[in-house]
Amino acid sequence: MESNLNHIYELQYAMDTFYFLICGTLVMWMAAGFTMLEAGLVRSKNTTAILTKNVSLFAIACTMYLVCGYDIMYGGGLFLSGITTVAGMDEVAIAGVLAASNEAGFGDMGEYAGASDFFFQVVFVATAMSIVSGAVAERMKLWAFLIFAVVMTGFIYPMEGAWTWNGDSVFGLYELNYSDYAGSGIVHLAGAAAALAGVILLGARKGKYGENGQIKAFPGANLPLATLGMFILWMGWFGFNGGSTLKLGGIGVANEVANVFLNTNAAASGGLIAALLVARIMFGKADLTMALNGALAGLVAITADPASPSPLLATIVGAIGGVIVVFSIVFLDKIRIDDPVGAISVHGVVGIWGIFAVLLSNSGATFTGQLVGMLTIFVWVFGTSLIAWGIIKAIMGLRVSEEVEYEGIDVAECGMEAYPEFVSAK
Amino acid sequence: MKLVTAIIKPFKLDDVREALSEIGVQGVTVTEVKGFGRQKGHTELYRGAEYVVDFLPKVKVEVAIGDSLLDQVIESITKAANTGKIGDGKIFVTELEQAIRIRTGETGEEAV
Repeated sequence: MESNLNHIYELQYAMDTFYFLICGTLVMWMAAGFTMLEAGLVRSKNTTAILTKNVSLFAIACTMYLVCGYDIMYGGGLFLSGITTVAGMDEVAIAGVLAASNEAGFGDMGEYAGASDFFFQVVFVATAMSIVSGAVAERMKLWAFLIFAVVMTGFIYPMEGAWTWNGDSVFGLYELNYSDYAGSGIVHLAGAAAALAGVILLGARKGKYGENGQIKAFPGANLPLATLGMFILWMGWFGFNGGSTLKLGGIGVANEVANVFLNTNAAASGGLIAALLVARIMFGKADLTMALNGALAGLVAITADPASPSPLLATIVGAIGGVIVVFSIVFLDKIRIDDPVGAISVHGVVGIWGIFAVLLSNSGATFTGQLVGMLTIFVWVFGTSLIAWGIIKAIMGLRVSEEVEYEGIDVAECGMEAYPEFVSAK
Repeated sequence: MKLVTAIIKPFKLDDVREALSEIGVQGVTVTEVKGFGRQKGHTELYRGAEYVVDFLPKVKVEVAIGDSLLDQVIESITKAANTGKIGDGKIFVTELEQAIRIRTGETGEEAV
């Protein structure tokens, strides 16, 4: 009887590991989503640069998290020295896993391959960093950005991740009582806070704001790409939220996973519809870019608790996110925070909404707990980012020259245009 | 001979082409162009911020004809391209000194 049970536990271990890996792969694909979204919303002269930033930041995030990020956040050892190797998973280790499973039964939350946990966590770091690239697009130096990516993914993000998901105390001062299922705050607000610090030090794109308060639009070069990017992100989000259940085996857990998928989808739909309607009412036209931001806002809003809301509540949480994001984008433009893709609004402002939306569905969360958690993440990431951006600015400068900005960063920094056969309008 | 140059709304091109064939025009040259008129382009909203579209897309139709067809051509184009709204375009008529059919070397009205 025991050996039969052991077979089932082995299968459960395999299933939960496989689930982690597949969800991680879905989240990895979000990097493609961010890349396409940003490539669509910038002007064509800066396309190659934004593509280069996105592919590079992904690789840097994966490497830095492997080098030290995972150790800071979860104590996984420098260079992942703490992760069980293939040779390390010997018969004794397997027997240990089976014994733990037998003891905890199917309710156990911790039995999966250590490497799969790293794989799932590392793609979240890349997501947080991807958020930054869109906000600082079209005027930041490529190498200044990549240096910041090293600091952000190797240190800034892992620190706040340790206080939240790993439950470490904040510099030994206090512990958080903060509930954030898949990271409305830990990933999205963090990315947006780093982006905001960068944008403040960087300034707006040249010509974006006139002397008499006019706001000039720089329409995105390729809306089909932006739309594809949004759909890729929407799809990847099933891994982002769904994988954050951290387990699939077991009826109760499988049911929770299914609800997470359902609610994630519902919130994105609610966000898109709401943003489309608000944009139509405010601007008189069905602004596609706002609809895209609305879907992403819905996704960010539900990320802090995609498991417990009813489908209706999930739709409403997403829809409120979709309304907030339109007003936030317009407001940030008014106060001259230039964010070409709306990343600070989508991930930051709506991320904050998501953190507090948890209170609507999770009776275990408290307002104070959410507030303190949110402030801790924001103050830490914004503060350290400001310092990091400031140092980079002092050493090498953040911004390309006026001439390069006019000509486009593609040729100046990458030596190639994205669409060399088109006649371009500068 | 005359060269009639008409700047029209792009979606009216098919109507204009048909109207010109009906009155026996043998050939036209069409170019996609951009420009502005008395309205000076117009403004659009993108993510809540205004931007000016300085040059609007139009289609330029060029027709070389004998003098006798001129009134008919002007009438056909005017009728076919008219929507009654701002931006319908303009027709310019210029003298055409010479026309040569490259294949045969024919000249003058024979060639248009």
